[in-house]
Amino acid sequence: MSNTELIRKLRAALKPENVLSVPSELVVYDCDAFTVERHIPLAVVFPRSAVQVAEVVRACSDHGCPVVARGAGTGLAGGCTPPPNGVVIVLTRMNKILDIRLRDAMALVEPGVLNLQLTNALSGTGYHFAPDPSSQGTATIGGNVATNAGGPHTLKYGVTVNHVAGLEVVLGDGSILQFGPVEDPAALDLARVVCGSEGTLAIVTKIWAKLTKNPQACRTIRATFASIDDASQAVSQIIAAGIVPAALELMDRGILDAVEAAFALGVPPEAAAVLIIELDGPEAGLDSLLEQVIALCRNWNPGEVLQAKTPAERELLWKCRKMAVGAVGRLSPGYMIQDGVVPRTRLPHIFRRILEIAAKHRVRIVNVAHAGDGNVHPILLLDERDRDLTARAKAASREVLEECITCGGSITAEHGVGIEKIELMEKLFAPADLRAMHRVRQAFDPASQLNPGKKYKTICQ
Amino acid sequence: MNRRKWWDSLHSAHPTDNFMNFSSQDNTNESGEDNLAAGIAYDQLLRCVHCGLCTSSCPTYLETGDENNGPRGRIQLIRLVADGRTDLTDRMRHHLELCLDCRACETACPSGVQYGRLIEPFRQAIEAKDTRLEKRWDIFRRGILLNLFPYADRLRYVLRPMRMLQRLGIVSAIERLGLLKLLPGRLGRLAQMLPSPTRPGPRLPKFLPAVGRKRARVAFFVGCVADAMFRPVHWATVRVLQQNGCDVFVPRGQGCCGAIHLHNGDPLGARRLADANLVAFELDRYDAILVNHGGCGAMLKEYGHHWHDGLQPHRARFADKVKDVHEFLDNLGVVPFSGRIEVSATYHDSCHLTHAQRVASAPRRLLAKIPGLDLRELPEAGICCGAGGTYNLTEPEMSDQLSRRKLDNILSTGAQVVLTANAGCLLQIQREVRQAGLGLQVMHPMELMDLSYRGEKLELKAGSEKGKMKMNVS
Ligand SMILES: Cc1cc2nc3c(=O)[nH]c(=O)nc-3n(C[C@H](O)[C@H](O)[C@H](O)COP(=O)(O)OP(=O)(O)OC[C@H]3O[C@@H](n4cnc5c(N)ncnc54)[C@H](O)[C@@H]3O)c2cc1C
Ligand code: SF4
Ligand code: SF4
Repeated sequence: MSNTELIRKLRAALKPENVLSVPSELVVYDCDAFTVERHIPLAVVFPRSAVQVAEVVRACSDHGCPVVARGAGTGLAGGCTPPPNGVVIVLTRMNKILDIRLRDAMALVEPGVLNLQLTNALSGTGYHFAPDPSSQGTATIGGNVATNAGGPHTLKYGVTVNHVAGLEVVLGDGSILQFGPVEDPAALDLARVVCGSEGTLAIVTKIWAKLTKNPQACRTIRATFASIDDASQAVSQIIAAGIVPAALELMDRGILDAVEAAFALGVPPEAAAVLIIELDGPEAGLDSLLEQVIALCRNWNPGEVLQAKTPAERELLWKCRKMAVGAVGRLSPGYMIQDGVVPRTRLPHIFRRILEIAAKHRVRIVNVAHAGDGNVHPILLLDERDRDLTARAKAASREVLEECITCGGSITAEHGVGIEKIELMEKLFAPADLRAMHRVRQAFDPASQLNPGKKYKTICQ
Repeated sequence: MNRRKWWDSLHSAHPTDNFMNFSSQDNTNESGEDNLAAGIAYDQLLRCVHCGLCTSSCPTYLETGDENNGPRGRIQLIRLVADGRTDLTDRMRHHLELCLDCRACETACPSGVQYGRLIEPFRQAIEAKDTRLEKRWDIFRRGILLNLFPYADRLRYVLRPMRMLQRLGIVSAIERLGLLKLLPGRLGRLAQMLPSPTRPGPRLPKFLPAVGRKRARVAFFVGCVADAMFRPVHWATVRVLQQNGCDVFVPRGQGCCGAIHLHNGDPLGARRLADANLVAFELDRYDAILVNHGGCGAMLKEYGHHWHDGLQPHRARFADKVKDVHEFLDNLGVVPFSGRIEVSATYHDSCHLTHAQRVASAPRRLLAKIPGLDLRELPEAGICCGAGGTYNLTEPEMSDQLSRRKLDNILSTGAQVVLTANAGCLLQIQREVRQAGLGLQVMHPMELMDLSYRGEKLELKAGSEKGKMKMNVS
């Protein structure tokens, strides 16, 4: 079957307006928010139902070309960069909230529903959808599931997998399966396996999302420090004291420059690092907990500690934190963001190493971190047109991640492996671990039809 | 199959797509004079880090879910042309033309990409180079858009017989029977857009004195379509200004802001209109030049960077003086409203006010001060209603989709009145409301404020039976 025939088949199955095949319309699907590697796909399709997804997968499988699922394309690891000769299945036209059942604290949504769209639809009900990646205004819930996305509030509430009760999925052979949403002790919990599989095991076509009750009250503070070292010491102490804040975030001077340019938050210019700390729960006891946290910060000479007094002030703080990565365009025409994890006691060490690595490779690195989780996001500034700089940034990236592994951590907390970190999988996992993963992959998708070349390339080839 | 091969096979399938010479590696920047992207702000392209955070704010992306119709994709398309990696294909042109230029993506972008400075010059270059016969000789564009719309007197003259028919109830009968659809293409749409017949009222005098203590001297900009179709809004606005201690001057010799020309490929025509305004307004006499419609305000505030000639500094000084009337009153501190207005209302952000001028909270703050008014937040308030300048005439399908989306959101609030501060939005939403047979009142915020100062009640219209059903359902 020629490409033209495949496209004819796709058009027949989906209606022509849901298929793109003209090269000049395909080019914008050549990458996601990881722009360092790009491929133009063979075709792009917009199915409107699981049945249509299955038809596309079958047609492509007959034709011998791979498929890749795509949500909003905000992935940072090249998860939806098309494999050569690949067809992109875009799920943005499957964007309906099908059901909200507050009594069961559950919502049934299609994969293209935006994370914030669900939380907005819940406004006034006293519930929300807990995973809150910084990209939540744009990223799809399908993409959140596939990357097992987290956010500032992951520290207390857990990543996406903790908020998924069930999934409907399409496998590489075009079969449609449902896992959950009713917990069945007799079954393997396959929904959990699919979460975080980056579109390599199945294409998610429905999600039963667990809803979380809004906390009764919360307190949000912002503390500045004279060095990133002091700030990370304060983090370690807070966690060591057994306190679980709802969120505990760090930003360094470099990223603050971008944030100030974008939102004029008003952080004093001499501050080298800022912590944003949020506590939530029942009103009673919250203030004394807050005092305890502030006292711990005081051990590390904070410059100023400000509390958000109104919901609007709290919102601004969070907007600054969540838009920080996006604001990097104010510093440089491109960037690469890393997603390493270290034990929280090693935070001061990893920040020190990041500085050294930056100097060694002559790359500017700015930092945000879900510090409470030990999840660091060093952002390497680059300009794709400068190939030498890009190569140095890649090398520095790799060294940072290797350092994370050495510290006993991992190479990704939430952004996924994609194509970006594929080489590092062998460093992180023992051959036996990799083989086990590979066998799971084969059980779901024996022909490597779904998103090949991502996450486990080393074994597949 | 290797990459080259499948690429070729794609090509043979699409002989019409002149997406040639494409190279993903080639980084040569060939933006010579010939390049369509020669006039764009190239630094803005570099600012875009491809994060995608803007897509969900884009009306055409929300409707289609396609990156080609979202800001990130459009920026990528413009960059491909700017870098000389491909010629502009028909499909690319289509996606760029479908952009509403609503600038919601600018508000959303944390990197501060000024998208308007990319799309506007790029589209002007496309228009200028467009050799397609049907466009060059387009009677609609040349005759109506550029030579009728921007001139309030001509427009009023043409509108007169239409108003007569409306007053006699003939137009609504024709509309009910769907006969307006029989008028050829965009003329039919134009007729459908006409506002309901209200007496236009006399022309604004040259000077209206402040009431009470004098607090400011302001000049008032009347515009073209706004003056021809919404003169009562102008009257309401100047009365509100008078109540707030403003001496209001209405300089003669002023005219259209030039936006219609600029956005339809006639930058020189736009400059002519702009320069007439420069002459009409003596800057040093006024504390501010006030505008009550978002679209005109946005254009006036941009006078400083559209044309590059000797007059530019003067235009920039003019632009600095321009203020939206809500922004101005909010800063000045509004004199307390007097009468109670016991209705529920919701506020729709005009793109050119909220995104281009970044005036979003001022109108809400003012409205919240009207005693008795139950102001409800509109879901997707900042998503374009589909009017987008002349977009409702040039891209009818997407425009209709967006105005239906807007109406559904308005109905979900259960409000009796919808307020918005732009002529295009007022026309678009009014039409949608009329066609659905709803009793919903569509007004400019200044009209409500004026009612309150005058201590008058708002009379609500009843909708048709069909419309009432629709309101009850949602
Ligand atoms: C500025 C910025 C900030 C970010 N902040 C965070 C953050 O705080 N936390 C975080 O976790 N992530 C963050 N991200 C990364 C990204 O937003 C998340 O990974 C998000 O979950 C991706 O969602 P998406 O809809 O954009 O998915 P896409 O980028 O479209 O896809 C991501 C991966 O999921 C797969 N996929 C998508 N949909 C499906 C489906 N229906 N079925 C199967 N596979 C699918 C794709 O194949 C791909 O491998 C950020 C990104 C940006 C640009
Ligand atoms: S325009 Fe701004 S928000 Fe949109 S992709 Fe570019 S940098 Fe991101
Ligand atoms: S101007 Fe409006 S329609 Fe155009 S890309 Fe930006 S948000 Fe979308």
